Amino acid sequence: MHELSIAMGIVKIAESETRKAGATKVERIELEIGTLAGIEFGALDFVWPVAVRDTVLERAERQVDVIRGQARCMDCDTLFEVAKYYDSCPNCRSNLKAILKGKELRVKALEVV
Amino acid sequence: MCGTCGCGSEEGGVRILTPGMTNHGHTHSHDHDHSHDHGHHHHHDHDHSHDHDHSHDHGHHHHHDHDHSHDHGHHHDQAGITLAPNKKILEVEQDVLHHNQVMAARNRGYFEALNILPLNLVSSPGSGKTSLLERTLKEMKESLDFYVIEGDQQTVNDANRIAALDVPVIQINTGKGCHLESDMVFEAVKQLQMKPDGVLMIENVGNLVCPSMFDLGEKKRVVIISTTEGEDKPLKYPDMFHTSDICIINKIDLLPYLTFDVGKVKDYALQVNPNLKFFEVSATTGEGMNAWYDWLRTQVKPKKS
Repeated sequence: MHELSIAMGIVKIAESETRKAGATKVERIELEIGTLAGIEFGALDFVWPVAVRDTVLERAERQVDVIRGQARCMDCDTLFEVAKYYDSCPNCRSNLKAILKGKELRVKALEVV
Repeated sequence: MCGTCGCGSEEGGVRILTPGMTNHGHTHSHDHDHSHDHGHHHHHDHDHSHDHDHSHDHGHHHHHDHDHSHDHGHHHDQAGITLAPNKKILEVEQDVLHHNQVMAARNRGYFEALNILPLNLVSSPGSGKTSLLERTLKEMKESLDFYVIEGDQQTVNDANRIAALDVPVIQINTGKGCHLESDMVFEAVKQLQMKPDGVLMIENVGNLVCPSMFDLGEKKRVVIISTTEGEDKPLKYPDMFHTSDICIINKIDLLPYLTFDVGKVKDYALQVNPNLKFFEVSATTGEGMNAWYDWLRTQVKPKKS
């Protein structure tokens, strides 16, 4: 359940940025999470209320932009979508690939008051 | 939850212990020497990190260098969207794991300066990580200097097993945590007082999921799978196999009694990560261990002359 550490990391960032901006709470938080980032979305939903209790995020609306995995085959250069790390190139079946997108785990923006 | 030592936090916090200690006997030896000889130039995020064990005030200071939270006011004059005058949108664009990565980089620099080879050993519980480590230490400690960090949720049992071999060891109890993070390793390493040119074995918490996301500053990540597990584990837990460099297949002495297909597990693992290097060993009988030792020797750079 590393999602709790992740949620607490998000809280930490939100608290520090909110304070820096001289605001007191967050109304909306925008997150960017890739499908290859190792985050179980259900688990994040589950731990969220616990992690944000008594913090600037307590009442914040959470928006998650899910970023789909994308890779480039290192053998034939094909660009393809990866749902799992073991997806091979649809063109040449090679497993050698560079992951271009999908590992994001980022706080994108905060709307604070 | 305090990532440093858990002092003062609720039960379930992180504790850093030495062999022989009980879980409650840990001396609060965090002297916080606060060696702020850095005169407050702009690198605050690396300095203050988690030094505030007792205040739970982790919010501040960690990431001072990314100040690009452009507070563009968003005045949205159009009817409908009336933002309150004091409402601001902060474009934070910050990696959630940023703090862990910064601390991992800090660890890595320290290891490089000391010419230490740090390995992060990861696996499910019960794959034989500690037994593999014990045998490796027993048979290699004459030729290489080892240091060990043991990660478990509770007990100093593993550290006691290592200490029995006269190898310096620190136990990290993660409490409720399911993985080690780089700041815990940082705190543990400070107590190890390593000499140059050694090998640091970091035995992570037995868990094939969570530790994959947390860089500890290791040079190589070593994933261990045993023949009593399913061959499809690399497919079921791809993140861990994807981020590892070495895959050790342990308990090969049991192969005659099992239906485990070594070829199959390798195929699956290579599907996830074509760069994995394999060792097939038995930590119990010693079979195959020499290849692993040879590899270890090649990884330790010759001593500086």
